[in-house]
Amino acid sequence: MSEPTHEVKLTVNGVPHSVSVPARRLLSDCLRHDVGLTGTHVGCEHGVCGACTVLLDGEPVRSCLLFAVTVDGQSVTTMEGCRSAEGGLGPVQRAFMECHGLQCGFCTPGFVTTITAFLRDNSDPTEEEAREAIGGNLCRCTGYQNIVASVLRAAEILREGAVE
Amino acid sequence: MTIDAPVRPQAPPATPEAPATSGRPGPFGKAIPRREDLRLAAGDGRYLDDLGHEALAAAFLRSPHAHARIIDIDITDALGVDGLVAIYTYEDLDGRVAEPLPLLIPHPALHAPRTNYPLANGVVNHVGEAVAMVVATDRYIAEDAVERIRVQWEPLPAVVGLPAAFAAEHAVHPDVPDNVAAHMVQSVGEAHAAIDAAPYTMELALHVERSASMPLEGKGVYARWDADDRSLRMYSSTQTSTSVRFAIAAKLGIPVDRVEVVTPDVGGGFGVKIMHPWPEEVLVPWAAIRLGREVKWVEDRREHFISSAHERAQEHTVRVGFDADGRILGLDVRFLHDNGAYTPYGIIVPIISSTQLLGPYKLGSYRVEFHSLYTNTVLVTPYRGAGRAHGCFVMERVMDAIADHRGLDRAVVRERNMIQPDEMPYDQGLIFQDGRPLIYDTGDFPASLHKALALVDWSGFAAVRDAARAEGRSVGIGLATYVEGTGVGPYEGAHVRVETSGDVVVATGLTTQGQGHETVFAQIAAQELGVPIERVTVTTGDTRRFKYGVGTFASRSAVMSGNAVAAAARKVRAKALRLAAAALAADESELELADGEIVVRGFSSSDGLPGPRIALATVAVLANPLRYAFDEEAQRATQFSGQMGATPAGDGPPVAEGEEPGLEATGWYSPIRSTFANGVHACVVETDPETAEIKVLRYCVVHDCGTIINPMIVEGQVHGGVAQGVGGALYERIVYDESGQLVNASFMDFLMPYASEVPRVETDHLTSPSPLNPLGVKGVGEAGIIPGHAVIASAVEDAEGFRIDRMPISPSELWELRRRHAAGEVPSLRRASSLQPGSSLREEPA
Repeated sequence: MSEPTHEVKLTVNGVPHSVSVPARRLLSDCLRHDVGLTGTHVGCEHGVCGACTVLLDGEPVRSCLLFAVTVDGQSVTTMEGCRSAEGGLGPVQRAFMECHGLQCGFCTPGFVTTITAFLRDNSDPTEEEAREAIGGNLCRCTGYQNIVASVLRAAEILREGAVE
Repeated sequence: MTIDAPVRPQAPPATPEAPATSGRPGPFGKAIPRREDLRLAAGDGRYLDDLGHEALAAAFLRSPHAHARIIDIDITDALGVDGLVAIYTYEDLDGRVAEPLPLLIPHPALHAPRTNYPLANGVVNHVGEAVAMVVATDRYIAEDAVERIRVQWEPLPAVVGLPAAFAAEHAVHPDVPDNVAAHMVQSVGEAHAAIDAAPYTMELALHVERSASMPLEGKGVYARWDADDRSLRMYSSTQTSTSVRFAIAAKLGIPVDRVEVVTPDVGGGFGVKIMHPWPEEVLVPWAAIRLGREVKWVEDRREHFISSAHERAQEHTVRVGFDADGRILGLDVRFLHDNGAYTPYGIIVPIISSTQLLGPYKLGSYRVEFHSLYTNTVLVTPYRGAGRAHGCFVMERVMDAIADHRGLDRAVVRERNMIQPDEMPYDQGLIFQDGRPLIYDTGDFPASLHKALALVDWSGFAAVRDAARAEGRSVGIGLATYVEGTGVGPYEGAHVRVETSGDVVVATGLTTQGQGHETVFAQIAAQELGVPIERVTVTTGDTRRFKYGVGTFASRSAVMSGNAVAAAARKVRAKALRLAAAALAADESELELADGEIVVRGFSSSDGLPGPRIALATVAVLANPLRYAFDEEAQRATQFSGQMGATPAGDGPPVAEGEEPGLEATGWYSPIRSTFANGVHACVVETDPETAEIKVLRYCVVHDCGTIINPMIVEGQVHGGVAQGVGGALYERIVYDESGQLVNASFMDFLMPYASEVPRVETDHLTSPSPLNPLGVKGVGEAGIIPGHAVIASAVEDAEGFRIDRMPISPSELWELRRRHAAGEVPSLRRASSLQPGSSLREEPA
């Protein structure tokens, strides 16, 4: 017998989507394979690495720990939603490129979404605050030093943007 | 077996060719941002699981036992799962797929190699070994079916840990009753006699525990079989697409030209993905062919822990003889290496340990002997730093122990034992992992040491210690040196083509897992061809674009493919100049290539003078004489245009003798032997007097990787390596219980460091170009990780005043050592009294 499915309505990066998924479908799988946005990555499927972090109504969540059916009607921002309006690198993404804040790039989406939410609440962090802000995400490549620098640089870019 | 030091002619003197950077402006050597980041930082990368959304999904039933016979596999319950497509067990495998997987690197000392079957053939030898493969419409359903397969097991005694393996009360493989896969001895001089005759001797037992590469993206395979075309395209998250291609073609009995292997973006490798073919790399395309459907398997985290390779576990027994000045007269190292259940990758790791242990030092004599042992655990293949981290740990512990014994400064003892710059090239008299002599090409080890001492302020540390003590805090300083063999052969190649648009496309065989190859190889090609880097695109790891190559491991990419790209680009440059000389009726020697055009010297655009010039794009058009034009530019190369080819119309063939059509070339680099990078790490740790928590306060790195192509990327490699080194020293370990269960197979329990655990890395560097390759480069990928165990052990020991002889070390282990030290079971360092408040390290002048 086929598995029953449920209609789920989501707004992803401002675009409304309606998907039909089994109750056990993880939000991460739904975003990647049903909505087709593969910018969200899955590194552990037990909520530790943070690569799958997306913003749910603006707040960072681990999409591998949520079922898609539990976020019906809510708004999700993914890595793709952190791009600039023109589709190029957004401010946090640009900072990562400038500061060599990524190597393999697999963990980067979780950092970018987390930092996006962090800088919204703290536009001028100290280095210590920047390090603390990324303290829940694992990166195996960079040693974090350049990610901390990316947080500070992103804050600078965002502040410059706000002034313009 | 025994390999005695061979007699060899001395290496040629160092005569480096001028690097590409000399005299020409360009991107080589500059910290330019990575070109791949435009894609990766935008969330537009394409990793394995981002492909094949319509493919069937595979999942595996894996052994819950470390050692067991399979009595029966009952799939009846699984057959009722809606969406199930196929279940395969060993009985279903056919042809060479039913044979054991290949022994990749045979070695005469590996006298009892054993490799696994793609699916277990009647017996399993570690928890996680694949037993059955399920294919279904999606992964959830495939896992449902896996859960419903019933296996009747007959558990067998598990061999876990090196002491049990060596004692051999039980055997992993019944036909290897002593569990010894390999036994090897290398020696230089008469170490035993030298130690016996030495004024002072010491014995140390030094252990390193098991760990793992642990990339954030696991492995994955996606295969498409085109039944009409009789061709296979396979994507794998691997460090070697070229070798996977040959292995899969051989296994599946498909002509190699009908197999394409593509490595998409890869979410980290660190060694584990150089092992191949994994069972899944054979089974996924095999199933895709049988089913006539696309099939994909993406490893989950638990699978990665229990079925991908581990590394590091070695137990060393060391005897050293030395003189009053701390000079080593003889070193004897015997060690046990845990190779896990199988040896498909041979004994590369213990061979590297045996040879790289020597570091920057010249010993009077050296003997190393290892046994590589089977255990009922996941197989062992290289993890970043492969074998070197353990070797470095052993050598540097010995240096600290000698310093303590003689009451000498630890830096002084190191310097006294170092090879001097005027002794380069230096032959250590051993055979390295590439089967070639262990000859250091260049480096100034004392200079590296002094830079590190200055960076960490070694001589000022006594005051730091006193100040900390005054606040009730305990701090220690550590030091460790290393030499890293990089750029091992046999070869890499590259293809460089100038398009008729003037764009330059580069392809090389090896793969990329985050090292920035799209940028550094573009820097090399742009430099050689005098084009803006924005016009260069680089493809790696795609056998459709470049079929021959070896892979990405052992810090070899910049050396191997970097020089191959340079070689190919130089051929293209020479050809462009030949064609341009004909077109401009000028002499080649008068021409120069800059900003995408070829001009007569003195008339470049920066000179502001008009003069004879031809765009590289036009040369590319003329390089391919045409009968049929495909666009307006191409009309210039057609037969009535009068501009065709290198020779003026009328005399000679359109493609001149010895030329080939197209402005493109293939270049190769095959080194006579490895090139050796070196460095020194120094760190300061604080140990909590109550909790025994260890915090790294400062971490300093001095490294020398020869000519640097992109300093930003080099720094990034060092930072990342240090993070893994700190993780390996203080947090990470793979823990098996006595029954062979991996008890910490999750990120909750395998403690990779977060940002809060990794110190800021302070760096400095030297540049000793390698004479062995035209660019003068050496590898840097493993520079950050190698001395991690050694330098932190050195610092913790310094803070605590008693010897640290096994790594990693956790707070509870340090706490226990303190308890035993207080109880008189662990002796104090001889210098312990001098570590007390108000006193400085005793030093002797060098």
